[in-house]
Amino acid sequence: MVFNLIQDRLLRQHPADRRLHRNRAGRGEGAWQTPVPVADPVVVSDLRKVFKVPVRDSGVRASVRSLFQREHRDVVAVDDISFSLKPGEIVGFLGPNGAGKTTTIKMLTGLLHADGGDARVLGHQPWLRSKELLRRIALVMGQRNNLQWDLPASDSFELNRAVYQIPDADFRRRSAEYVELLEVGDLLTKPVRNLSLGERMKMEIVGALLHGPEVLFLDEPTIGLDITMQKRLRQFILDYNAEEGATVLLTSHYMADVVALAQRVIVIHHGAILYDGDLSGLAGRFSATKTIRVTAPDLPVDPSSMGTVLERTPEKLVLEVDRSRVAEVAAALLSNSAVTDLSIEDPPIDDVIDRVFSDGDDG
Amino acid sequence: MSIGFLRDYYVAAGRIGFQRDIQYRAATFVNVLGFMIEPAIYLVVWRTVATEQGGVVGGYTVDAFTAYYIVWTLVRVFNLAFAPNAWEWRIRRGRLNEMLSAPVHPFHRDFAYFAGAKFVWTLMWIPVAAVLTVTFRPTLHPTLVQVLGFVVAIWAGFAVRFVLLYLLGMITFWTTRGQAIFDLVVAAELLLSGRLVPLSLMPDWVQTASNFVPFRWAFQFPIEVAIGRIEPLGILTGIGIQILWATGLGAALAWVWPRAIRRYTAVGG
Repeated sequence: MVFNLIQDRLLRQHPADRRLHRNRAGRGEGAWQTPVPVADPVVVSDLRKVFKVPVRDSGVRASVRSLFQREHRDVVAVDDISFSLKPGEIVGFLGPNGAGKTTTIKMLTGLLHADGGDARVLGHQPWLRSKELLRRIALVMGQRNNLQWDLPASDSFELNRAVYQIPDADFRRRSAEYVELLEVGDLLTKPVRNLSLGERMKMEIVGALLHGPEVLFLDEPTIGLDITMQKRLRQFILDYNAEEGATVLLTSHYMADVVALAQRVIVIHHGAILYDGDLSGLAGRFSATKTIRVTAPDLPVDPSSMGTVLERTPEKLVLEVDRSRVAEVAAALLSNSAVTDLSIEDPPIDDVIDRVFSDGDDG
Repeated sequence: MSIGFLRDYYVAAGRIGFQRDIQYRAATFVNVLGFMIEPAIYLVVWRTVATEQGGVVGGYTVDAFTAYYIVWTLVRVFNLAFAPNAWEWRIRRGRLNEMLSAPVHPFHRDFAYFAGAKFVWTLMWIPVAAVLTVTFRPTLHPTLVQVLGFVVAIWAGFAVRFVLLYLLGMITFWTTRGQAIFDLVVAAELLLSGRLVPLSLMPDWVQTASNFVPFRWAFQFPIEVAIGRIEPLGILTGIGIQILWATGLGAALAWVWPRAIRRYTAVGG
């Protein structure tokens, strides 16, 4: 299923391409031939963040000593990372807890000051926190509440209209559209504190997108939500990306989020980037094996020489095969004319990611 | 940031502050009632003292004391501001991140919320003040100029105290042990603002000291305007001093804020 989702994503048109189509329709054929180059909305160069963490042993003696001599340890949270995001791109930012994902996002949204390197978001250094930049981006952090807790979400939306100076027409159009897409019309008048987590998250997203941010930072947007709600939010993000051509940087521990939304992933571990490329290439890079499934009435008696046997029934065989031997093993299996089905798959993306992080730990 | 933007923002955020507190009107009413305990004690004590001293103490008659402490209750309601020790909570809960993500200074948001909430608190204050008035029968005959002066002075007093406490709260960005400093300032405010007792009853050195700190301009000055102890020129001068304090403290806040935020963004939230 995950494999299908990857294929589905690969076949889908890139939002930047869709925007070119819109340009083409609006400006004639010439515009298509010579598209106006658009600067990358997010450019990160050798970005670094070091936290100074107090260190103290337990016990009374250590407490007294710390009065006179405070000790600190430098923890490198982000270690000279570089990447850029193209207009309209949705990029998954993956990493285990403490890898540096949220620190990076906080730097890109101006909540943290970098200790080294540079970053530009829509041409602005984010930690200078220019109002113009803040009006054009949005940060959504899962399980963080940006809405007025005691009031209906519609009141918070009205406040956002004033904060972001959203023109009336845009405000009406977007709020009506998003409320309809997320089916939250009947929740608009309910105090936020009375909404379920999923309902609240939908409202958070609506509120965060009303000003039409060009760059959207999503930090664990589906955390704690049930499967149905996760799917609904994913689709909504895709729709927003398609409609507005917004660039999205997404972190999530749910691989299904990443697979459904991102074509490209950046894998960060211990503050350093381990991988930056297509989601489909992740398995090729980090997994030395592929999975071959074959269905046939007379399977080889002893397939262990072909690879690791993962599953075996009288008519079905699942093998984990070294990548370099996939063609050879597949050919050998297909030489059996009675084969009714054979598929070659990358291992599940969760397993690949797990392996990436395990390898990172080893290093 | 344009005036038009600030006007629209203050209206929207002030409305939120009003709506939020009206949601909890019962709790707000209980809070206002709680505020009455402190002045009620002062009132009973000083009425008794004044009566035993032949009817006048420090220039205040028994009825003037009553008027002082009833207006005190309204000024206290208006004086409520974002508490300096709440910054730590705000940082720990990640609320500051949310505020910093928005293209408007958190000061405007807080000021507007509190200003909007004043209308709810004033509504809740009316019945309490009515009961105090019927019970203690104050002498209160302000002129139109004094009423207008009081309206300006009570808002200006709120502005002075709000900026002062906001500035004080910035200490949180340098130390997590700011509570002792906050407590010290609150104690100084109690003595030097006219909150505990009208300053004319205090020793000379306290009265002199009160001229060099902003507290009295946030507290006693609006009360004295309302109870008719200040002439029109004095009202204008006092409002001018309030504006100077609010501007001076605002300038100090404008200087400290980027440094505090720089520290926050360096250390993390």
